[in-house]
Amino acid sequence: MLLEIKNLSINFETPYGKTEAVRNISWSLEAGETLAVVGESGSGKSVSALALTRLLPTPPARYVSGEILWKGRDVLKMKERDLRSIRGGEIAYIFQEPSTSLNPVYTVRNQIAEAIRLHRPEVRDVNDEIRQALDLVGIVDPEKRMWDYPHQLSGGMQQRVMIAMALSCRPDLLVADEPTTALDVTIQAQIIEQLRQLKDKLKTSILLITHNFGIIGDIADRVAVMYRGEIVEQGPTREVLANPQHPYTQALIECIPRLGAHRRRLATIDHDALLTP
Amino acid sequence: MSTSPTSQSPFARIRRRFFSNTLGVLAALGLLALTVTAATFFAFNLIVVHYPADPDATVLGDKLLPPSKEHLLGTDNLGRDVLSRVLHGSYVSLYVGFVAVIVSLTIGVVVGAVSGYFGGWVDGLVMRMVDAIMCFPSFFLILTAVALLGPSITNIIVVIGLVSWTGTARLVRAEFLTLRESEYVRAARTLGQSRTRIIFRHILPNAAAPLFVSAVLGVPGAILTEASLSYLGFGVQPPQPTWGNIIADGKPYLLDAWWLILFPGLAIMLTALAFYLTGDALRQAVASREAK
Repeated sequence: MLLEIKNLSINFETPYGKTEAVRNISWSLEAGETLAVVGESGSGKSVSALALTRLLPTPPARYVSGEILWKGRDVLKMKERDLRSIRGGEIAYIFQEPSTSLNPVYTVRNQIAEAIRLHRPEVRDVNDEIRQALDLVGIVDPEKRMWDYPHQLSGGMQQRVMIAMALSCRPDLLVADEPTTALDVTIQAQIIEQLRQLKDKLKTSILLITHNFGIIGDIADRVAVMYRGEIVEQGPTREVLANPQHPYTQALIECIPRLGAHRRRLATIDHDALLTP
Repeated sequence: MSTSPTSQSPFARIRRRFFSNTLGVLAALGLLALTVTAATFFAFNLIVVHYPADPDATVLGDKLLPPSKEHLLGTDNLGRDVLSRVLHGSYVSLYVGFVAVIVSLTIGVVVGAVSGYFGGWVDGLVMRMVDAIMCFPSFFLILTAVALLGPSITNIIVVIGLVSWTGTARLVRAEFLTLRESEYVRAARTLGQSRTRIIFRHILPNAAAPLFVSAVLGVPGAILTEASLSYLGFGVQPPQPTWGNIIADGKPYLLDAWWLILFPGLAIMLTALAFYLTGDALRQAVASREAK
């Protein structure tokens, strides 16, 4: 088992009150597998993803209970030093907003080189490594593009650079937190397809975090649905999509717009009905 | 480093915008000329070359002569050539200005970075300290310190640097508070970068432009402080000329020999003006980055 989360609970505690962001969740991930965590904003999906390498600021966050077992070791008990080598080196992240995730004052080459030097100091020809990484994520003319500054690239290209940077460290797990939300629909499809190909090619596990059931079908082996800090349903993607059990899952799937389906208003989620069983 | 003919780095773009500002470029050229002059006369002082005349040679028969062909800016009460004294004293102002700003910048950046990056009680403590220092009338603090330590260029520089870093610290702290929440800093953290590296490699360069502007605008303040100290007799000691003590020497003869005060005064004013204009043009070039 690559990653196993057991009964994890996370609170945000401030002088003004306590929020139970993640409540007693458990899931696991095999090497090479792709898990999609689906839920609306505030459901705790990003918080649980950041918790994997203890990236939440404490305080206000507090890991109340549970274990995060990465290759059998509990992340919650690790030293900061060990965590730093896992971050990026073994578990890499990409985020929603590629335009602001790249440092504006450095070239693409410079930023990827930094990641490689940090986690793979044995690499001799860094430029060649960067060229390959950019080529892998489908950037045309990587030789020239690597000298560009982030603002010279389009949103889709910036996200590809982020993916290239994440993968250049050869992580075992790629955490993609809403990787396509800031991109337009055609680019979304390209990026998801890119991730799918990369996962087949590099055998990297992927944790895909999204609110959009529409994009997970092609890529995720399994799906976990989060609602209000809890996992309400978990299972193989095909089964969950075909036969959702929990009313929230059904509601989320109803929310996906389908081209030419039927002419009525798109469904919204009725929280009151969900909360009064 | 770039292969393209015009660099697209954010700093290159600021540079290009700066060079399209005529007044700013003129002021910067003025500063350059001044720096070259100051450096030249600093070298002259070292190798004891005098131009156009010995600044310390007293010719009592020629005292208080108005500007003429022999003495372009006239002579003082001891018959010393004012032009020579202004030129030979020029390096003191710039030297004090630059080095004091480097000292204050170093302290301000470190304090502001720590305060802004770590936040919380560290920030609270450091900022209250800054407030306390800012409450002191700094000029009297400087006067006291120089009176105790003795007047020398080094002491003046250190003391000016030690009291003037608070503004920089506040600026850096504010930049850090914003930048530490930025996505690329978060991304750097998820890559496993160390704190020091995040602070100096990821945050500081993004705060460099406004910091540079405030540094350039800080130089004239230090120059004016040095001139005031020299005028009051707490600065560089005679006979070594500085613009401040030339004015002080000329004060008793104000009504009869206006040139004793006007020319070193002009030198101080033009230097400060050149710094302010350059700094202002830089500020505009930096600000339009956000406006873009």
